[in-house]
Amino acid sequence: MKEKMEIEDLNLWYGTFQALKDIELDIYENRVTAIIGPSGCGKSTLIRCLNRMNDLLDSVTIEGEIELDDEDIYKIDVVTLRRRIGMVFQKPNPFPMSIFDNIAYGPKIHGIKDKKKLREIVEDSLKRAVLWDEVRDDLNKSALDLSGGQQQRLCIARTLAVKPEVILFDEPCSALDPISTRKIEDLIAKLKENYTIVIVTHNMQQAARVSDYTAFMYLGEMLEFDTTKNIFTNPKNEKTESYISGRFG
Amino acid sequence: MKDKYIYALLWASTIVTAAILIFILGFVVLKGSSALSIEFLIDIPREGGEEGGIFPAILGTFYLVAVALVVAVPLGVGGALYLVEFQKENIITKIIRFGADTLNAVPSIIFGLFGFAFLVYYLKLGVCILSGGITLAFMVLPTILRTSEEALRAVPNWDKEGSYALGATKLQTIKNIVLPQSLSGIITGIVLSIGRAAGETAPIIFTAAILNPVLPESVFDPTMSLPSHLYTLVSESTPEKLTNAYGTALVLIILVLITTYSAMLFRKHFTRHVRR
Amino acid sequence: MNTEKIVEKILLIFALSATLVIFLIILFLFKEGLPILKKEGLGFILGRIWNPGKGIYETLTFIVGSLSVTFLALLIAVPLGVSCALFLAEIAPKRAESLFRPVIELLAGIPSVVYGMFGLIVIVRFIKVSFDVPTGETVLAGGIVLAVMILPIIISVSEDAIKSVPRIYKEGSFALGATHWQTMKRVILPTASSGITASIILAMGRAIGETMAVVLVMGNVEMIPKSILNPAEALTSVILLEMGEASVGGTHYQALFAVGIILFIIVMILNIISMKLGGRKK
Repeated sequence: MKEKMEIEDLNLWYGTFQALKDIELDIYENRVTAIIGPSGCGKSTLIRCLNRMNDLLDSVTIEGEIELDDEDIYKIDVVTLRRRIGMVFQKPNPFPMSIFDNIAYGPKIHGIKDKKKLREIVEDSLKRAVLWDEVRDDLNKSALDLSGGQQQRLCIARTLAVKPEVILFDEPCSALDPISTRKIEDLIAKLKENYTIVIVTHNMQQAARVSDYTAFMYLGEMLEFDTTKNIFTNPKNEKTESYISGRFG
Repeated sequence: MKDKYIYALLWASTIVTAAILIFILGFVVLKGSSALSIEFLIDIPREGGEEGGIFPAILGTFYLVAVALVVAVPLGVGGALYLVEFQKENIITKIIRFGADTLNAVPSIIFGLFGFAFLVYYLKLGVCILSGGITLAFMVLPTILRTSEEALRAVPNWDKEGSYALGATKLQTIKNIVLPQSLSGIITGIVLSIGRAAGETAPIIFTAAILNPVLPESVFDPTMSLPSHLYTLVSESTPEKLTNAYGTALVLIILVLITTYSAMLFRKHFTRHVRR
Repeated sequence: MNTEKIVEKILLIFALSATLVIFLIILFLFKEGLPILKKEGLGFILGRIWNPGKGIYETLTFIVGSLSVTFLALLIAVPLGVSCALFLAEIAPKRAESLFRPVIELLAGIPSVVYGMFGLIVIVRFIKVSFDVPTGETVLAGGIVLAVMILPIIISVSEDAIKSVPRIYKEGSFALGATHWQTMKRVILPTASSGITASIILAMGRAIGETMAVVLVMGNVEMIPKSILNPAEALTSVILLEMGEASVGGTHYQALFAVGIILFIIVMILNIISMKLGGRKK
């Protein structure tokens, strides 16, 4: 089984505060890897390293290596990197534009101008995100008029439109109701056929339902990484065990 | 017991303030409307302005404001973009803000002196629309910078992050996300500046204004303008011949009414737009 | 990335333009005016003789003119403006406040020359008739016109200051049984006082720098006014009226720039004080 991404000796500081300590992680291709842990353990920080979103912040220092297909991500042009590694955020953030323009935004900035091609991409992406049937009648409607769950699926479609290889989900359901959450979990399970998925979640049941591999983080360190089955039935680290059995959150 | 008197007093002071405005506006409107006609607006002044119309002054003000905007808008919006998107708070931003805040406090007559010494004389531009317009630009630059900065900052971070996460460059994000969302806020500042630039006398009286009703043919010609014309009429007309002065004042006031009202509309649209 | 760097550098230059202009203003003002200041020394601001024909330039007359009309304006506008601000922030129903805001913005937007015209035609005539003086063009007229012009600044900045008094202070006062007025007097106004003072200082700067309105109504007589019913001349008016007659580069010209320096320094000092007090720039 191939490693799509590899993280080695990753350390990160916000100013003088060290948020990530000696992280090692393998992300396997076409699998769902979940990162769990209590609030503040650094899971969002970690996932944002993968597509170099942390570069946008001041006073962040990063040491270590992250590779995509055996290539150092700092040697790849960041614009290309972010096309290959997409991100879905915690709070749905559709642009204040129409549904069509939201999805076409990505392809357009990467140079696709042909209207017919754009229409195809939009339809394809909406179908992959299981949103097409709900919005096909009015793609010119403002994306802000959609419900929370629909907006999040729109954001997923928007990410799919640039044809990424990896998709990062940063607590994608924490702002959604249970039904929308279920829909998105089903979607993620389907998406892994074609994409590599990393999902950060504070919902352990979600991790157990959706992921193939799970990493447990605590206070900036990766304490355990194993198949989801092993983590949840037979954790080796006692902190992992305590977290999973709900003794702390 | 005492509260009631205080309430009455405070109500009264507010009503007095409103009454002052209504009185001034009403006065100008009443007296000026008899002068206002199509002929007034398209005719040239005669008899020193006591007869005839104010067309050269309207045209001149239009050109002056246009030049002022051409200079001040790029500087102001561009500068604001720099502050918001390209630089974090440090010594450079402090210098920028210091300059803008200080410039904001400079009295208009000092702008006039400076415009004359620097543009008219030192740069040898002479008394012309260019000199007057650039002087006006300096005057409204701080306002445009400040309102643009507010508008740009109001664009939510998550929209920008969404754009970057899709692989957009900073310039693409600015062009497609930041500027469109902040546009109505930026326009608010520009519209307000139009009103201010059109009404100021001191900055242009040494740098652009003449009394001859000659239409300017290029930006290197001097020109009449509404405020300087009004000043001339008011200080030199006999009390019976003030009709045109009222008319000029009315035109200015209508311009201010339009710009103030439009600015309010734009501001409302802007705040509604970014409510998320 | 290269385009981005170029754009960034260009925008930096744009952003620094205001600072550059201020620097140039100071440069040119001082280049022209400093020689006269050096020559006259303190006499420039302490002496009363302004005689371009004889080459004597002393500005005390005009300083008194500017200050007297400014203080009179503040005397009128501060109580009126702060009362308005208090009303809007504490008593007015929501609808009245949103109705009133355009009034203030409009007042602030009227060009100064229109105020001057209004002052000349209405207020000057009124003063002449009511007080039976040879001319209504007086310090009083200037004070009244300026008062109207600075009202918007005082109202909006004071209103902000009053509104930012934390609710818990007000509620604490009410909880102790105080009336609304007592709360305003003892809690709200004192807490907002630095903001209100900032508005006053800002207004003062605006009034001293005002040209068109005062030049039309003050009379422009080069004498220190003995009462508010006397005419006077402001620093700004001297510059406005005499620039046309001064030959470029001559001593008269330089003296007018020197007056500009004095004006500039006064306004800048006031601006710095008001910023330290936390006033918002409007």
